[in-house]
Amino acid sequence: MLEFVVPALNLKAILPQLILALTALTVLLVDVFAGKDGKTSLGGLSLIGVVAALVTLFLSRGDFESAYAGMLAVDGFGFFITLIICLVALLSILVAISYEKVCPEIRSGEFYSLLLFAAFGMSFMGSASNLIMIFVALETMSISIYVLAGFKRDNLKSIESALKYFLLGAFASGFLLFGFALIYGAAGTLDIVKLGSFFTAHPDLLHQPLVMGGVALMTVGFGFKIAMFPFHMWTPDVYEGAPSVVTGFMATGVKAAAFAALVRVFFVAFAALQTDWTTIMWIAALLTMTVGNLIAISQTNIKRMLAYSSIAHAGYLLIGFVVGSEIARSAILFYLLGYAFANIGAFAVISAMGSKGEEYNELSDFQGVGFKYPMLGLTMSIFLFSMAGIPPAAGFMGKFFIFSEAIKAGYVWLAIFGVINSVISLYYYLGVIVRMYFKDPEREISIAAPAGTLVAALSLAAFGVLQMGIFPSYVWDLARASAKMLM
Amino acid sequence: MFDYIWLVPVFPAIGVLINGLLGRRIEAVSKHLIHWIACGMIALSFTVTCVIFYQLLQLPGDQRFYQVTCLDWIQSGVLQTYIAYQIDPLSMMMAMFVIGIGFLIHIYSIGYMWEDEGRYYRFFVYLNLFMFSMINLILANNYLLMFLGWEGVGLCSYLLIGFWFDDEANAIAGKKAFITNRVGDFAFLIGMFLLFTGLGEHGVWSLQFSEVFTHVHYLSQSQATMICLLFFIGCTAKSAQIPLYVWLPDAMAGPTPVSALIHAATMVTSGVYMISRSNVLFSMSPFAMGVVATVGALTAIFAASIGLVQNDIKKVLAYSTVSQLGYMFLGLGVGAFAAGMFHVLTHAFFKALLFLGSGAVIHSMHHAYHKVHCHDDPQDMRNMGGLKAKTPITFWTFLIATLAISGIPGFSGFFSKDEILWQAWSSPQGSWILWLIGAVAAGMTAFYMFRLVFMTFFNECRAGEACEHIHESPPSMTGPLCVLAFLAAVGGYLGVPHALGGSNLFHQFLEPVMGLGDGKLLHDATQAASHGVEHAAQAAGHLMHAAAGHVAEAAGHAAEGAEHGGESMFMEYLLMVVSVALACFGILIAYIFYIRKREIPAALAEKYSFIHRLLLNKWYVDELYDLVIISPLRGFAYFLWRGVDVGVVDYIVNGVARVVGWGSSVVRYIQSGYVQSYAVSVVFGTVVLLAYYFLKAL
Repeated sequence: MLEFVVPALNLKAILPQLILALTALTVLLVDVFAGKDGKTSLGGLSLIGVVAALVTLFLSRGDFESAYAGMLAVDGFGFFITLIICLVALLSILVAISYEKVCPEIRSGEFYSLLLFAAFGMSFMGSASNLIMIFVALETMSISIYVLAGFKRDNLKSIESALKYFLLGAFASGFLLFGFALIYGAAGTLDIVKLGSFFTAHPDLLHQPLVMGGVALMTVGFGFKIAMFPFHMWTPDVYEGAPSVVTGFMATGVKAAAFAALVRVFFVAFAALQTDWTTIMWIAALLTMTVGNLIAISQTNIKRMLAYSSIAHAGYLLIGFVVGSEIARSAILFYLLGYAFANIGAFAVISAMGSKGEEYNELSDFQGVGFKYPMLGLTMSIFLFSMAGIPPAAGFMGKFFIFSEAIKAGYVWLAIFGVINSVISLYYYLGVIVRMYFKDPEREISIAAPAGTLVAALSLAAFGVLQMGIFPSYVWDLARASAKMLM
Repeated sequence: MFDYIWLVPVFPAIGVLINGLLGRRIEAVSKHLIHWIACGMIALSFTVTCVIFYQLLQLPGDQRFYQVTCLDWIQSGVLQTYIAYQIDPLSMMMAMFVIGIGFLIHIYSIGYMWEDEGRYYRFFVYLNLFMFSMINLILANNYLLMFLGWEGVGLCSYLLIGFWFDDEANAIAGKKAFITNRVGDFAFLIGMFLLFTGLGEHGVWSLQFSEVFTHVHYLSQSQATMICLLFFIGCTAKSAQIPLYVWLPDAMAGPTPVSALIHAATMVTSGVYMISRSNVLFSMSPFAMGVVATVGALTAIFAASIGLVQNDIKKVLAYSTVSQLGYMFLGLGVGAFAAGMFHVLTHAFFKALLFLGSGAVIHSMHHAYHKVHCHDDPQDMRNMGGLKAKTPITFWTFLIATLAISGIPGFSGFFSKDEILWQAWSSPQGSWILWLIGAVAAGMTAFYMFRLVFMTFFNECRAGEACEHIHESPPSMTGPLCVLAFLAAVGGYLGVPHALGGSNLFHQFLEPVMGLGDGKLLHDATQAASHGVEHAAQAAGHLMHAAAGHVAEAAGHAAEGAEHGGESMFMEYLLMVVSVALACFGILIAYIFYIRKREIPAALAEKYSFIHRLLLNKWYVDELYDLVIISPLRGFAYFLWRGVDVGVVDYIVNGVARVVGWGSSVVRYIQSGYVQSYAVSVVFGTVVLLAYYFLKAL
């Protein structure tokens, strides 16, 4: 008789995620029962949930186990990704509360609960240890994000963005799922750890078309989510149309989650194939960063520009992926966190650049902002410096770790191309700063004084960027310890 | 309390943050609050320093060493750096007088800068930032943190020289200081790299002082020389020595408290501190020591010669600072590290006092001129005279400082200067030439300083109708003057030499730090010499015990010392008398020239007009640099701009831009906004990936 083992209900292993989900549900309920005034508390409620998740995340840290019959890996890697996701959610909610002034639609239970559900999915992507679990987490995240992207219901661009993302996302998910199916066909299991030991035990089965096809299709699926060339085309359109706060959330959260899943699947399940994927990912990394940076130069809309910049960052991260050593994986984690701070911060500034119903997203709108709104100008400069990789910001240390590890592992040319690309990127990052401080405004823009929550978000993000840049050791040690614990 | 050493730099940093971020608003509310915050932070910092200093004194001499690691700074591969501070006699001695004098000058600035509307807070922010950097420089326990402070004080120096930047000359002076210092900083940095890799070859990857100095013997002679020379180049910029001294006289464009704090008492002595700190390293390279001594001596006399004829009160003081710094390096160069540091201390007292006094004079002159709407130069001594009666406190304090710098027995400058001169003569690395240069420069110093006093405070007032409006400065300015006058008068008694029956407390205090290297050997040897025969054997034993590698040499010195013991005591007295006589002679000449027969200077200037013009124009060094370095550099830069940048780089960039533009238009065709074409791209990518992996599978 087939034995059916009921998995132990290990709530402690998923406590942070559980809190996120429960908060999301609570927010929905409060939205129903609270009156119009009650809606203002939704953001605060979500905030409390995220902070609680962060606290429990740290409290339950240190357990290293496989939970729910191998569905989840509660390990350092997952811990770090959940940390990034929670911080991203925290900052996004802070920004969203002040963004309610510009875009009143988001003052609703749906918005905050979707955001929390998305974070819930992202977090599970970082610790899912089974291909099916990854897929479920990915869809939980993606579907929430599709809706969030189209949240400005009466704005054509927002709807267009949601639809495009949904259509192409579904398309890519199909590839991913088909890839999983092929792998199952070859190995008879979807458990990532078991896949790893299976292929180590049967190296002869590695190079059969079923496995190779599966790996290729999985690369497509994950590549789409991280905006890898040539699956990046959706990025600018979606980033531009989505509400700024959502753009910041998905530019950082989705990328971190998808990268986490990519790293876990490839380095745990297919570690034996590493030599095979190196070449193609080498090329992908080069093309991704080059295409992103070159096209970013000619953009006139800051959200599109940052979209291409986020493609370029995926390219830098892929360098770490190609190198693949344990230190390189730590560098990826470090980079993802630094990138998250800087990018959410930048989108926070962009979201502040608007008044009711109107947003100023053209690059020319930033002219003179540095002196007119010193807080926005200063923090934006910090974030842009970080993205450009200039010390003493987090981006510099991140690039330093990745490039130096690439050189150590013998990928000198890739590092050189990475540095050249950083130089190219300086042009458009500094372009914004030049506009903010050295040019006079072209048209009068009036924006509301930054709300307290926005100031908090900007300060927190700027603090994170500078902290990681000036005293990188703390986060770096954390990333090193986390990358070591990859089941 | 030692563990709270981090409070010392943190307090000024808090001052910077509060006044820097909110200063404009605070100033709108109350100007008093600004200086209460700024001075209060330094006072707190000073209190902590005093407590730690007191506790340090309670410890026995050989245990006066403590390190506190506050934060991880950079952890990358073999490079492990910490924000960590070191408590030992040298660092605490520096901290005591730097923060103490810094506090006095903060107080003084309240009166001096009071009328600077809208920029008052900024001045105090810069001053606090300077204190923060300087404290890091002093207390650091590794070269990298020291370098951070080193750069920080350079930045503050730049900001403060150009504080009144609406006058372009000030801005230019600031740039000159900054760029000149960059040359030195670069050398310092390279030296640090060499040290790091040099020791790293032997497995000691560290820039921490205690690590470096215990493993310094791994370095070869040539490596040590190279590193020391590069460090010394750094010092020539920061501490204004030949050939990089040119920025300091121009730096007087800054407000006078800045000149006193940064460009006389503290920052410019950081080069001396750095070499003293690295005494173990420098002791390994006699050649580098020789260079230090020679450059120091030459700078001392060279700058003094320029000081003879300057008419701007602050310029005279500036050249005197350069000259006095030369003395300090002369002391270091002959191995008398403690003597050099002693002169740093006494010089800080009397030079800060001189600058603050001159500031008080300028302040009074400026006000008087302002009252009568006259635009004459309030800093030109030819416009002064007779201020003795009008500004008595300023005069008497200034006189004390002048006596001190001239080396009149009993005042602080005498003890330190005399010790350096004696070491320049008697130490194994010294020679009679170095002594002679130093002694002549001392005579010149006495001359130009009394020239300054006579022109400023004596005779009749030459300011025309402004004369009756000249008044004493406010108490916040005269208060610090009095405190410093006391210190300038008695500060020297910390280090009364054995020859005069003292016990030289200062040397004993610094012994644990300076005793690490050869400096100890030399010091012991010379001390033995002055004590006579009976100590020689003991010293020789001590020496052998201290460093086996130097036994032969050291024993030689000791034996020599024993032989000449009694004789050298006599020599020390003789040299002392000669240098004091030279100083008195200088004063006498100044008295004749500027009180008795005031037609002589003009007649002399006419008769020897060539020399006079040479000195007045500072030996044309600025012009020489302009011709040899700046003009060619500018020409090269012009070539880079028109030829390389416009001709080649722009051409390529524009070309690339055109290609990218063309590429973009192609890409835009794909990036059409149609979901279908995006999907096509995904399919294309999928096909490529599948093809790649299937090829691998074959």
